[in-house]
Amino acid sequence: MTTSTARTPTGSVELALLLPRMPHPLLCPDGGPGVRRLADGYAAARAQLDALKPDLLVIYSVGWHSILGHLLQSDPRPTWTHVDEEFHALGAIDYSFPVDVPFTEVVIQRATARGLAARGVNYRGFPIDTGTLVAKQLLDPSSQLPVAIVSCNVYADRAETIILGKAVRDAILSSGKRVVVAAVSNLTQRLFPRPVPLTEDRVSSRQDDEWNQKLLEIFAEGRLEDVSQLARTFAAQARADARLKGVWWLAAAAGAHNGYRGEVLAYAPVQGAGCAVVSLRPDASAAAQLEFDEDDVDIFRGDRGVLAGGEARAPAAAPTRAPPTPAPAPASAAPAAAPPAAAAPPAAISAPPSVAPPTAAARSSTPISTSAAPAPVGAYPHARRVGDLLFLSGVGPRQPGTNQIPGGPVRDAEGRPLPYDVAAQTRAVIENVRRILEAAGSRLEDILDVTVFLIDMDRDFAAYNAVYNEVFASIGATRTTLAISALPTPIAVELKVLAAARGPA
Amino acid sequence: MSTAPAPGQIVAGALAPHPPHLVYAENPPQNEPRAECGWEVLRWGYERLRADLQKKQIDVIIVHSPHWKTTQGTHVLALPQFQGLSVDPIFPHLFRYQYDLRVDVELAHAIVAEGRAAGLELQPMENPKFRVDYGSIISCHMTRPTWDLPIVAISSNRAHFDFGNEVGEQLQVRLGEATRRAVERTGRRALLLASNSLSHRHFTVEPALPEDMTHEHIYHHGQYLWDMRMINHLRAGRSRQALAEMPDFIDGAISECKDGSLTWLLSALGFPAYPAELYGYGTVIGTGNAIMGWDPARAEAR
Repeated sequence: MTTSTARTPTGSVELALLLPRMPHPLLCPDGGPGVRRLADGYAAARAQLDALKPDLLVIYSVGWHSILGHLLQSDPRPTWTHVDEEFHALGAIDYSFPVDVPFTEVVIQRATARGLAARGVNYRGFPIDTGTLVAKQLLDPSSQLPVAIVSCNVYADRAETIILGKAVRDAILSSGKRVVVAAVSNLTQRLFPRPVPLTEDRVSSRQDDEWNQKLLEIFAEGRLEDVSQLARTFAAQARADARLKGVWWLAAAAGAHNGYRGEVLAYAPVQGAGCAVVSLRPDASAAAQLEFDEDDVDIFRGDRGVLAGGEARAPAAAPTRAPPTPAPAPASAAPAAAPPAAAAPPAAISAPPSVAPPTAAARSSTPISTSAAPAPVGAYPHARRVGDLLFLSGVGPRQPGTNQIPGGPVRDAEGRPLPYDVAAQTRAVIENVRRILEAAGSRLEDILDVTVFLIDMDRDFAAYNAVYNEVFASIGATRTTLAISALPTPIAVELKVLAAARGPA
Repeated sequence: MSTAPAPGQIVAGALAPHPPHLVYAENPPQNEPRAECGWEVLRWGYERLRADLQKKQIDVIIVHSPHWKTTQGTHVLALPQFQGLSVDPIFPHLFRYQYDLRVDVELAHAIVAEGRAAGLELQPMENPKFRVDYGSIISCHMTRPTWDLPIVAISSNRAHFDFGNEVGEQLQVRLGEATRRAVERTGRRALLLASNSLSHRHFTVEPALPEDMTHEHIYHHGQYLWDMRMINHLRAGRSRQALAEMPDFIDGAISECKDGSLTWLLSALGFPAYPAELYGYGTVIGTGNAIMGWDPARAEAR
């Protein structure tokens, strides 16, 4: 006799793919050896997809830019002819394929619930980007497989992109469908400024190439989440395509873990860009430790109140005046929205040099420096007072005047490791903190919060913690201890302190 | 009174930004969505620009557009006619425009040839299925809604900005010079349009009614300060100073000048030392937009 148990259908990500967005593998697959490798890589990915027989393909392409939140294709059958704005000489892409609109609507709902602005676009002739079309045509040339297509918001950084990926995952899990998720993005996007023959193509920068290969090593180990957490470093070192946010999305949509069987199906240049076809199949036995621990975000709390920002920033004493003969408001006029909290301006915008007003920090805070503490190693004060709070720069154990390190340095001038006494270093750090606080009119007892940086958690935590407890047990400050790879000078421990200020500012 | 400039010269230049909101608010028959109002100050500015241009004899419009982005060289429309439906991928609810335009192919090839002679990478765009970018269409529509003149559309070559704003600027300066030589060689009386905004940080949300002007303001005060500074340079004839500050403006105000259109225009005009006419300034979904004109004949008369 057999028994059966009714279960709620649970959807699953069966395969995650990273795919290049250049049109060449579709439009001129034999144009050169690199393009041929990518076309073959696409064919191998297609074979994996065919074997899985999934219900749905979800595509996020960094070539579909959005500004007003996140857009999702909701035309049930987009049909058009596309010509790439750069590689128009390669020909046109005719397309007509099915979109899973009910699934798309669920993604929009889930994204909205997570604080994102998201909406569908259903307009005849809406331009679908080259990357999406290349991926879709090469993975499913007969256009039988339903797809969902998600835009890449140009302003979205890591948190927003990951939340978007999670919204897609929410929808997948609730759909009961077996899904393939694909991020369409090159690795690096530094094209040659002039076309090169495809037979002579190469990644335009050696540094880009080396970083790409490093990333692909980690991909090959199935460590998708580790690659996602490396994205910022990668983007700082190489000319990453869209800051590699495609990988952020992919990792989040696939479940933010390292449990995959990874396979680099192709890696090749196209006009200098670094392109790869990477396949990641879920495999619990492949789970590896995470390399990093960037925050895991669930709800977006970004600058959505900006429309009323002008009202929020208006001086309180300035009354608003109606015109002398106000026109009657239309009956359909919406009530005025309540002004939200003033949105923080993006850090990238600055006033022109000759008219720049003093910053808010410069107007309302006081820098504090003292010769009783070791000299800073950069352009920063020992502390800064803002209102009733004192913010201290990172404090190490170096001695004022001599720069000697109690307990000894952690390495010599050639970088060779040395034995050192972290307990002695910790005592010296706390003494330096005390000196700075006293220079600012406060005391150790006024410390509210401490962040501790150790270069070797395994070796040093116990000894440091014992000294810390001697001093701080009665103070009751909150504390966070982090392991980091290095500090600017050969020391093992540094403290970052927030304290209450005493007396008038 | 109408003037008849000699052939082979740039008869006017304009900074002609391309927010689709302006076409949307005009309700032309080519555009499918309908609006009840919106962004009037900018639209009145375009009206005054059009009135001034009506006094000119113009053979062709050359438009440099930030929304035709290329990396491998500068591309130029080079087939006699393009028609189709342009749907703005960012604001599809505002701009779905049926276009039908003619191209001055001889001039297009002359620009390609002059650019190549100057050592630049230029490519003619000769795919008949190509969809013309909406930036070119909007700037041309707002400047000349009758579409009675042929155009030449030039892409925004972003490659050299990868090496720094100054490098990108230099490429656009050389492209502007090449464009002027092509105009002179072909005997055209050309109007040049730089299709870019000034500061360019958008809101990422919009009101339920897009033309609800109670929500329209600059995204950030720093953008406004930058915009005014650049406008004042141009109004005072300090276009070389504007060029000198352009790299900082691009970074400080997230300016759409990064796409090179304004620099190309100023270079083609020979970096005017005479004042530009400001026809209007306004914000569109947080970005700063100025409509400005340069009239070499007026400068000579002065």
